[in-house]
Amino acid sequence: MRAALARARLALVGLRSRLVVAFALVAVASALSTGALAFREARTGVLQQSQDAVIKQFRDNVDALAPGIPADPSQEELDGLVSQVARTHQSQGWHVLATYGGLRASSLSQGAFDLLTPELRRSVGTRPNAVFQRVSDHGYPMLVVGLPVAYRTSPGLPPALSGVVLYLEVAQSTEQAYVKAIITAIEHAALWALGPAVLLALLAARGVLRPVRALRRATRQMAEGHLDVRLAVRGSDELADLSRSFNDTAAELERSVTELRRLEAQARRFVADVSHELRTPLAAMSAVTDVLDEELPSLDRETADAVGLVSEETGRLIRLVDDLMEISRFDAGAVRLHLDEIDLAESVRRTLASRGWQHRVETRLPAPGTLRAQVDPRRLDVVVANLVGNALRHGAPPVTVRLGGPEGRPEGAWVVIEVADSGPGIAAAALPHIFERFYKADTTRTRSESSGLGLAITAENVRLHGGRLRVENRVGAGAVFTVELPLRRHSPVAAADGPAGGRS
Amino acid sequence: MHPHTDPPAALAHTDRMPRVLLVEDDPAVRKGVELALRHQGHHVSAAASGEEGLGLLASCRPDVVVLDLMLPGIGGLDVCRRIREHDQVPIIIVTARGDDIDVVVGLEAGADDYVVKPVRARVLEARIRAVLRRMGPGPTTGRPRAEAHGELTIDRSGLVVTLRGEPIALAPSELRLLLTLSASPGQVLSRQQLLEAVWEHGYHGDVRLVDACVKRLRGKLGELSGDPRYIETVRGFGYRFRSA
Repeated sequence: MRAALARARLALVGLRSRLVVAFALVAVASALSTGALAFREARTGVLQQSQDAVIKQFRDNVDALAPGIPADPSQEELDGLVSQVARTHQSQGWHVLATYGGLRASSLSQGAFDLLTPELRRSVGTRPNAVFQRVSDHGYPMLVVGLPVAYRTSPGLPPALSGVVLYLEVAQSTEQAYVKAIITAIEHAALWALGPAVLLALLAARGVLRPVRALRRATRQMAEGHLDVRLAVRGSDELADLSRSFNDTAAELERSVTELRRLEAQARRFVADVSHELRTPLAAMSAVTDVLDEELPSLDRETADAVGLVSEETGRLIRLVDDLMEISRFDAGAVRLHLDEIDLAESVRRTLASRGWQHRVETRLPAPGTLRAQVDPRRLDVVVANLVGNALRHGAPPVTVRLGGPEGRPEGAWVVIEVADSGPGIAAAALPHIFERFYKADTTRTRSESSGLGLAITAENVRLHGGRLRVENRVGAGAVFTVELPLRRHSPVAAADGPAGGRS
Repeated sequence: MHPHTDPPAALAHTDRMPRVLLVEDDPAVRKGVELALRHQGHHVSAAASGEEGLGLLASCRPDVVVLDLMLPGIGGLDVCRRIREHDQVPIIIVTARGDDIDVVVGLEAGADDYVVKPVRARVLEARIRAVLRRMGPGPTTGRPRAEAHGELTIDRSGLVVTLRGEPIALAPSELRLLLTLSASPGQVLSRQQLLEAVWEHGYHGDVRLVDACVKRLRGKLGELSGDPRYIETVRGFGYRFRSA
């Protein structure tokens, strides 16, 4: 669920979507800005052209009529002039106004002409040229042109103003339609640009993402321990550079790890070889220690002490070499479980009895036959014997062994073996190291019966069973070692095959 | 129930000192073991190689062979196989700690028991005594002298086993295992129980001794691996003798 959310989040903020958004934004922005510039130019051009045409038509019209205008026209004459111009260009929707002094004649019945601004009227009076202004009438662009009628008295002289001024008001709706078409075209262009931009963005993202993905895969593989993983380097961009330096790092790491492993294997082999070489002389010595022990009573005291010491220490040496070899077999991964389904309570009882501990240890065991499991019986014997031996040596009586289970857990059924003593417990500083090889929690007693490898071997045996071993100090009691073993059993059908009265 | 509770009877078949043939190449170990066994009252013949051991076998007629597996020349496993070709003398192999495969192969080659180097004299002595006791008659059951189980007859006091009238040569562990299992037909005996009853090992002994011996015994009884007729495996529990 969380992974799916993370993936969705990555898809949103990931490199690919960011690239797509950026490309789309760039495409739209450039299409719009190009469009805006083109629009401005085109619009100006279109309007300029149309107003020039209108003004020219107007002037030609007026010029053609000008000779017929009397120097001091009357209202009727002005009306006639206006209607004549308006009629000629009726189809173009021209509204015409003529003024002469206080007289006004308009082609519109109301004679409103309210788009005519005072500025335009003022500038018309000063020059013999046509003056125009673009105004907006309720959102529609309108062109207002003012044209003073002038007389050319004689060639070479500037024309003289007659005082008659003609005004033209015309809607520029065609031009507006043009402009609208341009805007639509720009919008379409932006939309069309968006598609290729997204496509390009996806392509670019793929180009970037492929090496990034390869890198991610390679790092994961490396984290899983595949140090020989390498990337195929293509091209010479920054990503290729990154891949190359990844490869270099991986090669260096592999070299160091290989070297470390070689040294470690060498050290382990050395321990195994030394133990092996020690074994032959020890075999000769151990064969005769019993002879020595039996002869002790007949020796004088000093010789007897010396011989007893040699015999005893030979025994210790043998135990130490045995344990060392066992540890080096664990290190070499050469230890295999020989599983057998047994009654665990019986096994614990026999472990204690075979070492003469049954009266020194309190037991809380389930009834015979109720707790059977597949274990390596000899290794379980070592585990229980080492823990109880440790409790008897370093803890204080009473020592208790409790066997419990099966306990249902989410990961299956487990069996729990608890070995507790009633001593002062283990120093807090020693707790994390108690299962380390040759670790001595009790520094005052550097020499003891054990090799210093007992708890380390115990831990390895528990681990080999897929179990867990931990130690804690219980309040009001001593150290408590807890072994948890997964409960493995044959299928109930196979177990039911044998009669219950197996033990005679 | 346990034969070793009665040691004088165990050696009843022989009135002389037990004779041990020791095959060990290292002179110091050989001398040490020889010394220790002599001290315990055994008559010891020592051989420094497999060849020498095989040569001594006929002349000194040992009651038990103690055979180191790591030998120059003919290896210990081969020596074991060659002895078994014509002789059912008890064999105890001496292996290095951790040589798991050697143990299994040695047991399947016909060894009766094994000890791990370095071994204390007392331990080796106990194993020798136990293996010798396996030669003696088993627990009396009050049954007739020879029991018939199909084509198989077992003579408990004469210690003779025949299949279709032919006597089968069984090594001491195989014989004792068959006697123990067939003493209570139909009853499942756990491997731990068999270890204690036949090998006199503790509860936590090596059950591979039992498995290898069952395998050898089945071979001699002509049982196919897939369908054992007499010795049945009860998964998770042990073995059961089927009388039918």
